Amino acid sequence: MTAVDSYVDTVDNAVATPDQDQPYKALGLKDDEYARIKEILGRRPTDAELAMYSVMWSEHCSYKSSKVHLRYFGETTTDEMKSKMLAGIGENAGVVDIGDGWAVTFKVESHNHPSYVEPHQGAATGVGGIVRDIMAMGARPIAVGDPLRFGPADAEDTKRVLPGVVSGIGHYGNCLGLPNIGGEVVFDETYLGNPLVNALCVGAMRVEDLHLAHASGTGNKVILFGATTGLDGIGGVSVLASESFGDAESGGGRKKLPAVQVGDPFAEKVLIECCLDLFKADLVTGIQDLGGAGLSCATSELASAGDGGMRVWLEQVPLRAKNMTPAEILSSESQERMCAVVTPEKVDAFMAVCAKWDVTATVIGEVIDVTEEEAANGGRLWITWHGNTVVDVPPRTVAHEGPVYNRPIERPSTQDALVANVPDALKRPVSADELRATILQLLASPNLCSRAWVTDQYDRYVRGNTVSSQPNDSGTVRVDEETGRGVAISTDCNGRYVRLDPYNGAKLALAESYRNVSVGGAVPLAVTNCMNFGSPEDPGVMWQFSQAVRGLADGCAELGIPVTGGNVSFYNQTGDVAILPTPVVGVLGVIDDVARRIPTGFGAEAGETLILLGETREELGGSEWAHVVHGHLGGRPPAVDLQAERLLGEILVAGSRDGMVTAAHDLSEGGLAQAVVEAALIGQTGARIFLPEGTDPFVTLFSESTARALVAVPRSEEQRFTDMCTARGQAWTRIGVVDPELGAVEFQGITSIPLDELRTAWEGTLPALFD
Amino acid sequence: MTKVGVITFPGTLDDTDVVRAVSRAGAEPVNLWHGDHDLKGVDAVVVPGGFSYGDYLRCGAIARFAPVMTEVIEAAGKGMPVLGICNGFQILCESGLLPGALVRNAGLHYVCKDQWLKVENTSSAWSSRFEAGAEILVPVKHGEGNYTASQETLDQLEAEGRVLARYVSGNPNGAQRDIAGVVSENGRVVGLMPHPEHAIDALTGPSDDGLGMFLSLIDSVVKT
Repeated sequence: MTAVDSYVDTVDNAVATPDQDQPYKALGLKDDEYARIKEILGRRPTDAELAMYSVMWSEHCSYKSSKVHLRYFGETTTDEMKSKMLAGIGENAGVVDIGDGWAVTFKVESHNHPSYVEPHQGAATGVGGIVRDIMAMGARPIAVGDPLRFGPADAEDTKRVLPGVVSGIGHYGNCLGLPNIGGEVVFDETYLGNPLVNALCVGAMRVEDLHLAHASGTGNKVILFGATTGLDGIGGVSVLASESFGDAESGGGRKKLPAVQVGDPFAEKVLIECCLDLFKADLVTGIQDLGGAGLSCATSELASAGDGGMRVWLEQVPLRAKNMTPAEILSSESQERMCAVVTPEKVDAFMAVCAKWDVTATVIGEVIDVTEEEAANGGRLWITWHGNTVVDVPPRTVAHEGPVYNRPIERPSTQDALVANVPDALKRPVSADELRATILQLLASPNLCSRAWVTDQYDRYVRGNTVSSQPNDSGTVRVDEETGRGVAISTDCNGRYVRLDPYNGAKLALAESYRNVSVGGAVPLAVTNCMNFGSPEDPGVMWQFSQAVRGLADGCAELGIPVTGGNVSFYNQTGDVAILPTPVVGVLGVIDDVARRIPTGFGAEAGETLILLGETREELGGSEWAHVVHGHLGGRPPAVDLQAERLLGEILVAGSRDGMVTAAHDLSEGGLAQAVVEAALIGQTGARIFLPEGTDPFVTLFSESTARALVAVPRSEEQRFTDMCTARGQAWTRIGVVDPELGAVEFQGITSIPLDELRTAWEGTLPALFD
Repeated sequence: MTKVGVITFPGTLDDTDVVRAVSRAGAEPVNLWHGDHDLKGVDAVVVPGGFSYGDYLRCGAIARFAPVMTEVIEAAGKGMPVLGICNGFQILCESGLLPGALVRNAGLHYVCKDQWLKVENTSSAWSSRFEAGAEILVPVKHGEGNYTASQETLDQLEAEGRVLARYVSGNPNGAQRDIAGVVSENGRVVGLMPHPEHAIDALTGPSDDGLGMFLSLIDSVVKT
């Protein structure tokens, strides 16, 4: 035996040495949290137990600062909203019934901090993690997408981070054979030291195939399968190993691997196909992915979600590094691993499927009975290492009974000044030349220019079901080839709006995402979120967070669609400067026949009439115009009106069903000018726009009033469509016509800009910065 | 009915798309596994795109040694029509069924876009349905699609009319002489970087131009 093997902290040892110092602070536990662990166990924890509790009670895993606020989502979800929900918050991902016997699961998760440290691998493993979450529901992953935030586009560090993140997402997702159907790329100086890399995955399954992560049935086997377990991603737990050697500084010469894991997309692709074969053959009772906190998380969550008892022989875990301690094995975040619970008679068949795919699979434990007393205390997770007990804990206390904090909340004193700093006094373009220059300046600005440099690095075609993807407002994939049923998804958040008004800003993110799904012709069905904020220890950040949660929950209740899951990422800040509060909202919609989807680009039929739906007010607080032209952030964001959004959605879906609408584009950042130009460039056709008489051209072109969309209607349908709008109380204005002969976008009486000039401005920015 | 084998290696991605395209064209797709030692009586084989075995060594370098490829190489020698798409093209080059090699894109990025191609060879087993000079719109999606061969080989390919198609309106990967696909000496084996299987329906692709390759194959099988 080597020196490393010789020291293993067992339960017996912990009982015998109650006063031994433990590096709980270095692992991120507070004094009272450590005391609570001792109280639960009636002794000090072993090294392995301490590793488990510290990682499972971390902010990332336990939601200790957000839990008290997130409850509000549950409190505001009515039974009617839940009617299409098959699984919700608390499962690996939310699941909704989309009809025709299909269930769809979707989730967004953050991988922000790793992606700053090591952009390519951080982003790649973010994709890998969210895909395994979806597989853990028993679904085939069918699409991915990525809401991204970076520092200023021309900042030096953005040149390091953005290309790495894009190549990481592209490489991993492309190798998995999952179409990338959407996302966001937003630049703001607050993200310079804290880029946001959120990863979205959508999966589909037959309703009856839903698998929940349960470890039930005494005697059932616990099988770890996929990649081997190594020292990667262990992070803070390595201090335990160092302590054991009595050399905290150098770790006893132990080679420490980077805290960011390295992904192997080929291993994940094989794991996906292997899992799907296992599901198809009905060989799985419960399944859980291994992500953050590795086996600590998988075993404690599986056990506490089942009957509460699990026995694990930790030395059975296949390792890729020598001399790993039990604490390291439990904490390793090696990628591309899954854990399944399998009835004994199916183990051989399970192993045969894994062998077909050359996937390593090992029985590492089994489900055990618990006494009534043990069940009442949270079950029993019993882990041995070569015959010695190294973990003996109630798994519920690890997975679900972590600390809960009611952090101080205070509206920042600077908020009033921010809101008072309205954009009214900013110099506006007045002359035709100034308006023309502003249109082109915004079009080429980093937040509004073409994202092709990014999205062209992602495979959007694989699997052959992608009906809509970037640059359209939402991504749409076909789920059922026979019926044509499919789903649409969009993710949105304007952090500038949320900064000005967190409550309404979150509602605005919901409104935009809802609208983006609707303009594609889909009916919004469910919501997920990824709440990216600064430090929860800052009362001002907690105020933003609590306001945003309430705004989003109230908004969902008003629209009647449930939040089915979400993710919280705190500590996105550099020094005292937090990121713009960024509650990314993902809305999933269903479309009963994808052939009816509405494209974004004009020109399906020559001479379409262009109609602006909704009302335009002077709303420039937080606008892209104020940002790009004046570097200004202040005032109030546009008013949010969810009833108007719902009506607009109904009009668009009705227009799609009855074939009255040939193109639709939502109005958001950059206002009408941006929407018209994008729809013309995407459709590769010219258009003439007549601004309504008596309106201020600047406001009409650049205001960011919500609940608006630009639609193209064939001339033959114009009367029927506008009659429907009028009858239902939808405001509409005829604002132009599509003109394929024109080769330009003409804003009548102001300017006409050739399509080539527009395209050069729109498409040139990102290649010039990043090629 | 014409039977078309579709090979799946671990890491193959576009096999379901090829199966769909083969069915849409009116042939019967037959799944072939990388470890298979026979071709299950198929009339033709498609090697789809993806990242076979992870492509960690060199694209297609490992797949070329798969048991099923031994069968494919032998069958191709006897005149069986074989189509390699993207990673499949790379595998056919590694196998020696087609000349040249595919190296890293000139722009160093993976690129996914709708690409115009000009069809030149209309006598191969996979291209008879096209008119010479026809321009078709088909997606490309690859990181290593830059077709490279010696000047002598390129001259020979051109002299013998063995350039299947060239990129027009922009070369996405720096391929020599804008070559998107090539044909074997006997006109039966074709390799192509763009993805005809992703262009079989305007709903899910940029066009249905790609269907012509699968229809051509059926014609050529029926003829022989």
